[in-house]
Amino acid sequence: MTLALFLEQMLNGVQFGLMLFLMSAGLTLVFGVMGLINLAHGSLYMIGAFLCAAIASATGNFWLGLAGGIAAAAAAGALIEVVVIRRLYARDHLDQVLATFALILILSEAMRLIFGPFPLYLNVPPVLRGTVNLGIVDYSLYRLALIGFGIAVAVGLWLLITKTRLGIRIRAGESDREMIAALGVNIRVLYTVVFALGAALAGLAGALVGAIQSVQVGMGEPVLILAFVVIVIGGIGSIKGAMVGALLVGVIDTMGRFLLPRVFATIFDASAAAGTGAALASMLIYLLMALVLIFRPKGLFPAHG
Amino acid sequence: MDNTRKEWLLNALMALALFGVPLWALMANEPFIITLATRIAILAIAAVGLNIALGLGGMVSFGHALYLGLGGYVAGIAAHHAFNGTPILAGIPGTNQMLVIWAIAMVLSGAIAAIVGALSLRTSGIFFIMITLAFAQMGFFFTLSWPAYGGEDGLPIFVRNQFPGLNTARPWDLFLISYGVLMVALVIFAMLRAARFGAALMAIRQNPDRAAAIGISPFGIKLVGFILSGMITGLAGAMMADLTRFVSPAMMAWTMSGELIVIIILGGVGRLFGPVAGAAILVGFEVFFGGLTEHWKLWLGLVLLAVVLFARGGLIGLIAGRAQNG
Repeated sequence: MTLALFLEQMLNGVQFGLMLFLMSAGLTLVFGVMGLINLAHGSLYMIGAFLCAAIASATGNFWLGLAGGIAAAAAAGALIEVVVIRRLYARDHLDQVLATFALILILSEAMRLIFGPFPLYLNVPPVLRGTVNLGIVDYSLYRLALIGFGIAVAVGLWLLITKTRLGIRIRAGESDREMIAALGVNIRVLYTVVFALGAALAGLAGALVGAIQSVQVGMGEPVLILAFVVIVIGGIGSIKGAMVGALLVGVIDTMGRFLLPRVFATIFDASAAAGTGAALASMLIYLLMALVLIFRPKGLFPAHG
Repeated sequence: MDNTRKEWLLNALMALALFGVPLWALMANEPFIITLATRIAILAIAAVGLNIALGLGGMVSFGHALYLGLGGYVAGIAAHHAFNGTPILAGIPGTNQMLVIWAIAMVLSGAIAAIVGALSLRTSGIFFIMITLAFAQMGFFFTLSWPAYGGEDGLPIFVRNQFPGLNTARPWDLFLISYGVLMVALVIFAMLRAARFGAALMAIRQNPDRAAAIGISPFGIKLVGFILSGMITGLAGAMMADLTRFVSPAMMAWTMSGELIVIIILGGVGRLFGPVAGAAILVGFEVFFGGLTEHWKLWLGLVLLAVVLFARGGLIGLIAGRAQNG
């Protein structure tokens, strides 16, 4: 194992973590402000990727596709909130899980109806093709750009939440819903805006990741489950927790898959080691989540004290 | 007619229909219908298991596919070694006897449910949902990447396991076994619900603080409920593997856990025959709309959404009204 390979895997882990953060930020905001478990968040990720791929292949311009993907996801989010989600805030978690599970079925089939059963392909934009030399390793320019994107969005989100009027309302909504309604904030509009904001972030993540994976129905679900792991580890409702959790999950998952089979190879014979190592590596983040919940049942950064 | 009598009449009708339709199919030589009824019965057993945790105890387990898969792999691995004549581990032979496999599947599922439950029941609400999901995902990824028993390709069962006195290769015989086990599972559920244990479990669901105040320890009662729940779902998993003669990680996928919850909601949460009604609706929907359009899941999603938003008692709630102590 060389240092260059190790560094490359670390960067992959950070890049994966930052994309998970984009997914988790919306999920954790929606839970923090509205108290809602939204399983359909992965479908918004899928919508962002599909629209980005379709627009990019029609116009030949990735950036137009990206803007279209974000806008489509935000619009779908706002629509879903007004038509369905709004009726679920007062319900228990079981109803929320089921209704949003139903939304996954509906949205996945809708995508299949519109775009057909085959995966779409989204090319990396020309300016971000190739690799860049980072001293000891040549790293994919696009993945490096994803890291930059992720950090920029994280900073933007932090500014939005700490410095703007909307951010004050979101934070107030997290601590006391009835009170900010009593103070004259239109809570219904605020909820729709928060949901659409989360949807736009999910759509952004889907569109960005769509260029390094194939865009297909069902692509949202694995990411959704990981985003849940992230927000549970980080503490539900906490943006800071989502950031720490996302980086932990991204790096541990990537490095576990990279290192564990190699570590086991030094102990057992090669074929058994590869199997055991891979099996353990794929369970690692769920193990981490279970441990966090057992020792810190409200996550690493509990949002409400 | 009051709601309780309506529900009992409805239950009797369902029990009769689930037996009568395949009996007719046997006369009319329609083995496909018998197999469908068997599938409904086995899914219903799995959901009866979940109904103990979810319906009686209010524990929203989003990871019951774990027990379904565990049972499935017990059946698959035992049959695999019995077929090859190789030992499972250090001299322990495989077996093709359903009764032995069921016992092992239930003990193993119960043991794993005890561990998962003991750790998960320290949390509640969304955290409980997520930690049960996490344990099921561990099982899913373990079976997916563990190469010894087929990994992601799954493990076929070449010869269906045996049941004393019956020929399990015949659809009707397998249906009789599944129907019999379903009836036993329903009797167990009804007895649990009527017993002091069930009353305690329901009291804890309705108000854990008051239950604790009258001397019921929530943790122990819920844990026992969770273990029983896992055991019954594990048994269903072993039977499911024998029906399809195939086990794969898909049995442990989170969507499977979701489907089990969907079955209970469609039928009616906490209702004795809720799982039977729900399994029949789900399988019926899949066969009927699946034959009409490849996009049948779109319609399933819309129906499910409508049930959650507007018909919270499920099918039984719609016909027989609200549960008396729901």
